[in-house]
Amino acid sequence: MQHRDFDIVIVGGGGAGLRAAIAAAEQARSDHRPQRVALLSKVYPMRSHTVAAEGGAAAVTSPDDTLQAHFDDTVSGGDWLVEQGVADYFVRHAHRELVQMERWGCPWSRRDDGNVQVRRFGGMKTARTWFAADKTGFHMLHTLFQTSLKYPEIERLDEYFVLDLAVHDGAVAGIVALEVATGEMVLLRARSVILATGGAGRLFRFNTNAGIVTGDGMAIAYRHGVALRDMEFVQYHPTGLPGSGILITEACRGEGGILLNKDGYRYLQDYGLGPETPLGQPQNKYMELGPRDKLSQAFWQEQQAGRTGTFAGSDVVYLDLRHLGEAFLHERLPFICELAKAYINVDPVREPIPIRPAVHYTMGGIETDPQCETSVAGLFAAGECASVGLHGANRLGSNSLTELLVFGRLAGERASQRAARTEFADPRALREQADDQRARLARMCDGRESEHWVELKRELVQAMESGCGIYRTEDGMGHALQTVRRLRERYREIRVGDTSKVYNTELLECIELGFGLDIAEATCLGALERRESRGAHQRLDEGMQARDDDRYLRHSQVFHRHDGPAELRWQEVDTRFSAPAARVYGDAGKGSSA
Amino acid sequence: MTTKQISIRRYLPERDDAPFWQPFEVPVDDSTSLLDALHHVKESLDGSLSYRWSCRMAICGSCGVMVNGIPKLGCKTFLRDYDGEIRIEPLAHFPVRRDLVVDMEIFLEHLAAVKPYLIDDAQAQETAETYRQTPQQLARYRQFSNCINCGLCYSACPQFGLNPEFLGPAALTLAHRYNLDSRDRGKAQRMPELNRHDGVWSCTFVGFCSQVCPKHVDPAAAVNQGKVEAAKHTLIALFKG
Repeated sequence: MQHRDFDIVIVGGGGAGLRAAIAAAEQARSDHRPQRVALLSKVYPMRSHTVAAEGGAAAVTSPDDTLQAHFDDTVSGGDWLVEQGVADYFVRHAHRELVQMERWGCPWSRRDDGNVQVRRFGGMKTARTWFAADKTGFHMLHTLFQTSLKYPEIERLDEYFVLDLAVHDGAVAGIVALEVATGEMVLLRARSVILATGGAGRLFRFNTNAGIVTGDGMAIAYRHGVALRDMEFVQYHPTGLPGSGILITEACRGEGGILLNKDGYRYLQDYGLGPETPLGQPQNKYMELGPRDKLSQAFWQEQQAGRTGTFAGSDVVYLDLRHLGEAFLHERLPFICELAKAYINVDPVREPIPIRPAVHYTMGGIETDPQCETSVAGLFAAGECASVGLHGANRLGSNSLTELLVFGRLAGERASQRAARTEFADPRALREQADDQRARLARMCDGRESEHWVELKRELVQAMESGCGIYRTEDGMGHALQTVRRLRERYREIRVGDTSKVYNTELLECIELGFGLDIAEATCLGALERRESRGAHQRLDEGMQARDDDRYLRHSQVFHRHDGPAELRWQEVDTRFSAPAARVYGDAGKGSSA
Repeated sequence: MTTKQISIRRYLPERDDAPFWQPFEVPVDDSTSLLDALHHVKESLDGSLSYRWSCRMAICGSCGVMVNGIPKLGCKTFLRDYDGEIRIEPLAHFPVRRDLVVDMEIFLEHLAAVKPYLIDDAQAQETAETYRQTPQQLARYRQFSNCINCGLCYSACPQFGLNPEFLGPAALTLAHRYNLDSRDRGKAQRMPELNRHDGVWSCTFVGFCSQVCPKHVDPAAAVNQGKVEAAKHTLIALFKG
C-alpha cells in the first residue's frame, strides 16, 4: 500500500477545492514556508459539477448597492436561518474574490466601457450578479484549474476516490483513498484536510446535478462524528428540463424571461410575488425574480390546481424568452439555447421552454465554524458540502459560486496556517483506518450473491422524492425515513458483481450509494423533526404550515450513530445583526429593509 | 417499447489480453442519448461495463467515445439519429485502460505545457480593480475559451494519432485564447513551446478537429492563426538577432 505525506490534503477538485489549493499555496509562500498540497478528485478537476453552474456569482458592485442590502437579501432569503456573522463576512469579501477571478483571466461579460457587467437574480434587491454569458461556473472552474497549474506546490491526484478519513485523538490525521486506475489503496497523511466534495443532489430521482454529486465528503465527516447541519433544506430549482432535469438558468428570468401556466397566465402574481411586472421590464424581488423556494412552491400549487401542461409525460409550466429576441438570447443565453434544442428540441427564440422544478442544491452540510473548521481539529470543509451557515433555509441564486471562492480561500489559508504548527500523526492510526477500509472492500468484492445495489439506489431516490419533496407531510417523511433505515440494513449485505481492480466503476457507485444512504437518514430525520415551515422546508401538516421561531429558529444537527438510529439536536442561530421578520416579496416587500 | 442494438468494444485488462465486441439490446425513445443507453447496459445488463460520465449536459467533457468511427460526446449523441449499426469504441489515439476509459494523461500534460493562465507582472499585488476589457476585446478570444477539454479533437486529429508529442488542437487553442486576451502579457513565454515542430507546425490543416468539436470552438482556426503568430515570432527573433 502506498503511503505519502502532504501538509494539506484537499478532497474535491471543483471550485472550492481549487480555490482552497491556490490559497493554501499562496499562504505558504507568503509565510516563507514550503508546504505540499495534494488536490485529490474522483474525476479530473474540470469535470467537477461547478462546471454546470450557469447564471453567475453575486457581489456588491454598483455604486448604489450596499453590503447591507446583500446581507439583508441573504438573511431574509434564508428565512433567518442564516449565521449572520458568516453572511457579514461573505458580503464583505465577495467583491474581492470576483475581482481576483478577473485578474486570473475569467472571461466575465462586459459593459461597453470595459467594466464588468452585472445581471439581475432572484431574491436580490438589485443587479449584482457577475456572469460569463450563461456558463459562469464553467468559466470559473476552468480559470481556477488553469491558474492552479502555476503552482508547483499543488500536486493533483486525478481520479482518486476518497474512502475515509483518519482521525486520531480528535484531530485529522489524513485520508484513505482508492486510485481508480489501479484499484490500489493509498494512505495520504496530512496535517490539515479540506473537504470540498460538493452536494448530495443525486439522493433524489429528479435533479439538475451531475452523476458525481453523491455527498461523499458529507458522509465521511458524518461517520467521524461531525454534525450534518440543516440537511432538511433541499433546494428545488424552479426551472429544470422535463425528462432529464437539466438546468435552465435563473439568469433567463434575470434577463426578463417570464413563467406561464398552461393558460398562458403569469401565475406567480397569485403567490405573493406580484403585481405583474411589464413584459421586458423585470423588477428585482418581483414575480419571476422571487426566490427559488417560493417559485418551486408556486409550481406545485399550480400542478395541484390542474393548471400545468404536459411535456413528454411530465407536468410542466413554460419559460417564455421569445420577447428577448434572437440576438440577445444568443449573446446572453447561448448555452440555454443549445440545451433546449439538443435535449427537448425546443428553440427558445421561437417557443416557450417547458420546465419543471428539480432538486438542485443541498443547503445543509458538514457543520463548520465561521472559519471553515469542523469539530474534528484540522478538518475543514468548504463549498456545497459544507454548512458554514450562509444559506439558511433557502439559498439565493448566485450566492454559491461566490461562496466557494470566499470560503474556499478561507479554508485554504486556515489549513495552511494549521499545518505549519501541527505535527504529523502517528502513522499507525492511519494504517488501522486503511485496514478497516480494506476489509470492507474485500467483503463487498468477495463474489457472494446478493441483491443488486441498483435496486437499492432506485428505492432510495424514489423515497427521497416522495417524502422530501417541495411540500412535505409527517406521514410522507416518516415513511421515507423508515425506507432509508431499511435500505441501510439491506446495504450491509450488498456485494458487487464486478470484483476487478482497474476502473471498477461499479464498486465506486456502490460505495457512493452507501454514502448517500447515511446522508439520506440525516435529511429525513431533520425534515421530520422540524415541525414548522421555513424556506425550502414546507409542510402541509395542520399547525405546521407557518414559520415557528419560538421553537425552530434553530439549526438541526444530526449525528451519526454506528449501532443505532441517527440522533438530532438543535443549535442556536446567530441573529446578531437582524432580528427575524416577515419574509416578503413583490409589493408586500415594499419599504422593508430586506 | 422500441429497442436498438449497440455494439461496444470492451477491454478488460485483468481478464483478457485483447479487446472484444459485445452487442447489447437497449430500449430507446426519442430522447435516449448514447449515455442513457450505456447506463441501461451498466445497471440492467452488465455491471462490469466501465465508462466516464458526469454532467450529462455537454459541459463537463467526460463522456467522449467513438460512434461509428466519429468522436462524439455520449450525452449529446441520440440513438434516434442512427438507423443501422451503432458501434461504440473508446476515443481513438489514446491508450485504452479499460472498456471505454482511455488514458488522458498526455492530454493534460499538453494543456499544462502551454502556460494556460493569464500572465502579467502586475498580478503580484492583490487589487480591488479589475482590468478593463471591452466587449470587442472579449469577442476576440471568447470562442476559444469555450473548450470543455473533452479530447474529441485529439481523436479526430491524424497528426496526434501519428505523434502523441504533438501538442494538439485543444492545447494550441488554449494557448491562443490567452495570447489573444487583452489582459495577458505572456505571449513571448508561450511562443517557444508553440513554435516547435510538435507545436503548431505539426498541424497539416485537416480540419476534422473543428468538425467534431461539440462546442464549436473551431480549434483549426486557432491553430492556424497560431501559425501566423509563430511565423511572426520567428521573424522578429531574426531581426533582433
